Amino acid sequence: MSETHAQTVTFVRDTMLPPVAPPVGERGAVKWLRENLFSTPLNIALTVLGVVAIWWLVSSSLPWWLNSVWNASSLGECRQIVAANAGEGATGACWAMIRERWHQFLFGFYPPSQWWRPILAFGLLFGALAPVLFAGQKRSLTVLLGAVLVFLLITLYLAGAPGVPFALAIALVLGMLALAQMQPGRLLWFTLIYPALCFWLLWGGSVWSPIVAMAGFGVLYAVFRLASPMIGLAPAAGVGIVVAVLWWLYAEGPVVSVVQGVLPFALQSINSDQFGGFLLAIVIGVTGIAFSLPIGILLALGRQSDMLIVKTLSVGFIEFIRGVPLITLLFTASLLLQYFLPPGTNFDIILRVIILVTFFAAAYLAEVIRGGLAALPRGQYEAADALGLDYWRAQRLIILPQALKVSIPAIVSTFIGLFKDTTLVAFVGLMDPLKGVTQIVRADINWKGIYWEPYIFVGVIFFVICFGMSRYSMYLERKLKTDHR
Amino acid sequence: MKKSVFFGALAATTLVSGMALAGTLDDVKARGELLCGSNTGLTGFGNPDASGNWSGFDVDLCRAVAAAVLGDPNKVKFIPTTGETRFTALQSGEVDMLARNSTWTASRDSELALDFVAVNYYDGQGFMVKKDLGVSSAKELDGATVCIQTGTTTELNLADFFKQNNITYQPVTVADDSEAQRQYLAGACDAYTTDASGLAASRATMPDADNHIILPEIISKEPLGPVVRHGDNNWGDVVRWTYYALLIAEEKGITKDNVEEVLASSTDEEVKRLLGASGDMGAKFGLDNAAFKNAIAAVGNYGEIFSRNIGEGTTINLARGLNALWTQGGLQYAPPFR
Repeated sequence: MSETHAQTVTFVRDTMLPPVAPPVGERGAVKWLRENLFSTPLNIALTVLGVVAIWWLVSSSLPWWLNSVWNASSLGECRQIVAANAGEGATGACWAMIRERWHQFLFGFYPPSQWWRPILAFGLLFGALAPVLFAGQKRSLTVLLGAVLVFLLITLYLAGAPGVPFALAIALVLGMLALAQMQPGRLLWFTLIYPALCFWLLWGGSVWSPIVAMAGFGVLYAVFRLASPMIGLAPAAGVGIVVAVLWWLYAEGPVVSVVQGVLPFALQSINSDQFGGFLLAIVIGVTGIAFSLPIGILLALGRQSDMLIVKTLSVGFIEFIRGVPLITLLFTASLLLQYFLPPGTNFDIILRVIILVTFFAAAYLAEVIRGGLAALPRGQYEAADALGLDYWRAQRLIILPQALKVSIPAIVSTFIGLFKDTTLVAFVGLMDPLKGVTQIVRADINWKGIYWEPYIFVGVIFFVICFGMSRYSMYLERKLKTDHR
Repeated sequence: MKKSVFFGALAATTLVSGMALAGTLDDVKARGELLCGSNTGLTGFGNPDASGNWSGFDVDLCRAVAAAVLGDPNKVKFIPTTGETRFTALQSGEVDMLARNSTWTASRDSELALDFVAVNYYDGQGFMVKKDLGVSSAKELDGATVCIQTGTTTELNLADFFKQNNITYQPVTVADDSEAQRQYLAGACDAYTTDASGLAASRATMPDADNHIILPEIISKEPLGPVVRHGDNNWGDVVRWTYYALLIAEEKGITKDNVEEVLASSTDEEVKRLLGASGDMGAKFGLDNAAFKNAIAAVGNYGEIFSRNIGEGTTINLARGLNALWTQGGLQYAPPFR
């Protein structure tokens, strides 16, 4: 064969050609650009417009960023430095304001010597959230608790925390790390005591008041356990709640003073009016989020209930709260309640605001969760009935896990909205980071006239927190995904 | 019959609520702390510094009252109130007094059941324009765009003024002072109008202050003063006369530094009564006899408070103008202390 060809054909290739690279227009960046940015005349026009817009934004704001001043004592001095460095008429950011006032954006008027307390509470917040966020996942738990440990080590050192609480805090986190390796489930106990611990750290006062208050829940549980075999679940729960409320109303004060007299142990107490900035936003936001979810679930179930009173109350509550703007509720908290209560009653303003913000978020969550409940096929309810589960077991084991999973994106949206809405408390005279603190900073003659810097600073912190929540919700959706789409 | 029962009940209710609220002075003494409704931050008049200490023209009045009642100018808690919450905070007893540049008007005095006990700053609405606009009087602002904060009395005053002078304007509404300043500097409006003291503070902090002028016309009366609850006259007297004591001190040349010296050497009977060296004037208010001396020693006289916070020499650089003593052509006048 080859012999024949050798005679008849002048050239036969006996090796494979190496593959030639695609033409320039069909590879790499050029291809990507052509396909994505310049595929049609419309896209070409939009791309050009986009580039022009970006160019305009960057070229007009870049000098402002580049001329940033970090060391100055007033806006006037900032302007002088910018003029000296970049010539007359140049603009520049004056971050010196943040450098001098950052602590008010974070802590409000919280006394500097006590800053370690909100920092510790913030770090431990993640310790308390860890077993909820990453239930049973050893690796994630370890990573998160390790991060908390590093965060606390650095920030507590910088804040000059006294030695004993510093050591205790580190020991606590180390203990939690160890527990996470052996029995991650037990970490939930810390989550349960965290609210009392956080309250005590932030507001201070006698350590016994949060402990005795928590004991109220113990009383509730004990009464419930003792009474339920005799009178049934629901009445026992009712009696338990009544006894617990009586405990909080009448027994708590005397018990606290007696125990405090025997074993005095207290932190310097901090008034609510010293809270401000992100400390305030996070306290309101986290408490609102933590309490609105269970209330929202109950309301959603109540709305679907067959019991007339429960249903009417739930519907009435949800529709009333959803029908009223949040600012109206805040004014109610700040102004109306003061009229109803006897003069001289000092019902903490932050507490009032937290309660109404929680109600507000709970009403929205109830509707979100109702959407999740409605998305479940009827068969799921019937399957639960067929298994002979009672109402609460059916909800807990079959209905809610699926309904909540479906509603995760909407629930997290509500949480993010709630957290951002905390800035509205500025309207009732509380020092939120966006308006309250910014306003007092601008009222200082040294910083009057400053405009973008506080907004950017506060905006970046809000973005980090909200972006974090959003990423977590996406992670959770991926983790809980059971279908095979 | 029904009507009289109704009115009787109403009167009884008023009496009861009045009694419940009476005795702010005793409350303050028992609490050991004055609750002062302050601004959420107004340059020169009241704002906290980097370490959270409040200072300012209005703030000093609260400190004076605290010094008079409790003997210590630091025994005062400042509760920031917004334009919306201020009067309710006072009515509901959340604060003992307001010192946050509130304008004294008839309806606030009558309808809101408040008592304005004095005028510590006579303000008025003015205009600021850029120099190169070539305007020297507000009446030449025909067709101008004007930056104005929404929901304030200044908005109504502005409409009245332009209507009366038969000229037109284009309002550019803004939410607060910082935004107004920004819009004005960016050229979104030809003129910016608000209280003259606020204009002066804004102008002082502009990068090119010399290129802006405040027009001579003041188009409204804005008497700003401390406010107390209606019906608690004793407490109102305490606040009013603490303020007057500061005025009398300026009139008589008593300052923060020389008050002890004057107390020891003065032969002026009114000064001696004021400082508690003779008579029992303090006791008549339910206060210590040295109460007004303490107030003066704590914050200085009215002139000192003015010049320290907003007067000439500070960045805000306000002239005394209407706020000079009556002896110097102003309106600040205290009744005799006897």
